[in-house]
Amino acid sequence: MICWYSIELRLKDEPLKARPIATIDQPSAAVKMKPSVKGSLARAIWAIVWKDLAAELRSRELLSAMLVFALLVILIFNFALELDARTRASATVTAGVLWATFTFAGTLGLNRSMAMEKDRGCLDGLLLAPVDRSAIYFGKVIGNLVFMAIVEAVVLPVYSVLYNVNLFKPGLLLVILLGSIGYVVVGTLLAAMAVQTRTRDVLLPILLFPVVIPIIIAAVKASTGFLQAAGWDEIMPWLNLLMAYDVIFTAIAFMVFDFVVEE
Amino acid sequence: MITVHRLVKRYGLKPVLRGLDFHVEQGEFVALLGPNGAGKTTFLRILSSLSRPTLGDVTINGKRLPQQASDVRRMLGVVSHLPLLYGDLTAEENLRFFARMYSLPNENRRIAEVLELVGLSSRRRDLVRTFSRGMQQRLAIGRAVLHEPEVMLFDEPHTGLDQDACTMLDGVLREVAVRGRTVVMTSHDLARAADLASRFDVLSRGVIVSSVQRAAINPNDLLVFYRTAVEG
Repeated sequence: MICWYSIELRLKDEPLKARPIATIDQPSAAVKMKPSVKGSLARAIWAIVWKDLAAELRSRELLSAMLVFALLVILIFNFALELDARTRASATVTAGVLWATFTFAGTLGLNRSMAMEKDRGCLDGLLLAPVDRSAIYFGKVIGNLVFMAIVEAVVLPVYSVLYNVNLFKPGLLLVILLGSIGYVVVGTLLAAMAVQTRTRDVLLPILLFPVVIPIIIAAVKASTGFLQAAGWDEIMPWLNLLMAYDVIFTAIAFMVFDFVVEE
Repeated sequence: MITVHRLVKRYGLKPVLRGLDFHVEQGEFVALLGPNGAGKTTFLRILSSLSRPTLGDVTINGKRLPQQASDVRRMLGVVSHLPLLYGDLTAEENLRFFARMYSLPNENRRIAEVLELVGLSSRRRDLVRTFSRGMQQRLAIGRAVLHEPEVMLFDEPHTGLDQDACTMLDGVLREVAVRGRTVVMTSHDLARAADLASRFDVLSRGVIVSSVQRAAINPNDLLVFYRTAVEG
């Protein structure tokens, strides 16, 4: 029986010790992998979400940048448009400024989230794992969605106070959820493409904004509808467009992510 | 066992590997030597399923690439000059993350074993970004052997390490890599390659131009062998 010994490496002044930790004849039970494909997929998705949240909790790089940027965008719109109190509270302005804020802050987050993987070669580490690559994609999507939701949860009350508008309407929150899903689904895919290039910071918005125009238009129209308390017949087409966009682009991203991340 | 037949890799019109043939037996430790731009990293990226071959057959332990890439990845451990670790996670959290990606049961036990193996048990709760380059590389080896791979690929693992860190890394490499595993390591450091490997292959201009067993060459003659192979 071959014994597998570990050399315990200590700081220079401490001696090297050898001790058996496992054997090749009887490898550690810990290393027998679980066979279930579905289970391993869910486990891998959860592992990526957990990793992104844990890393962000430590560094606070991504969220703080997104939050500060989002708040600055709101302030800049306020001054740039020179709105009076009535216009400021109008549904059209509110929906437009909100979605412009989410779009810009979201781009910042998507870029940073993928750059974090690429910078230290971690993307290769992820790609070397024996899991379906869609797990990597969905893990990143859920992580990005959580970050976007946190930013939105801060922006909404701040906007409500500054612009004196009640934004806490269930319909509007539904639109924000659907719009954010569509934005992050496409954004994560394109960020994975952009991160492979040297001009990734510039490239992502150039690739992303044209593709998400339908979702921004639908989200702004549906948000305006809910803020104006318009009828369902006016709002539903836009909600349907949002849902269709989410489903279609999730399916497309699921199919092409493997090719996007491979050389 | 690794078998590569007529491997071609092109980036656009530029060929990097030009019909490369390569064979490694179970348990062999092959040092892949070659000048910059010879295609060593590209070759290792193809073996590790990170890059697709343009033409040719690649088989690792009976599994073909890229068709059975997921099966191949399960039996591979890869260490490159980048640590492939998250700086904002602790050593233990990094290993836990990869244990979950590989669906390892009893992850706590295995993580403790691996941290012992690479001598980082006392730093398990420290953030990886506070580690020296040498410690990061040891943890990178820990990450690579976490799932007990049968084949290990090392892409210039000594890059950026000082002499002490290199010596420490060599100790870990011997213990971790050699025991029953098939190992392919690219290196520019002939002395370290001579110390670790059981076979030396020289890759130049996209093909293996020369190969010699350790038993068939005096380690002091390795530089002459290398130069002759590259220049010839």
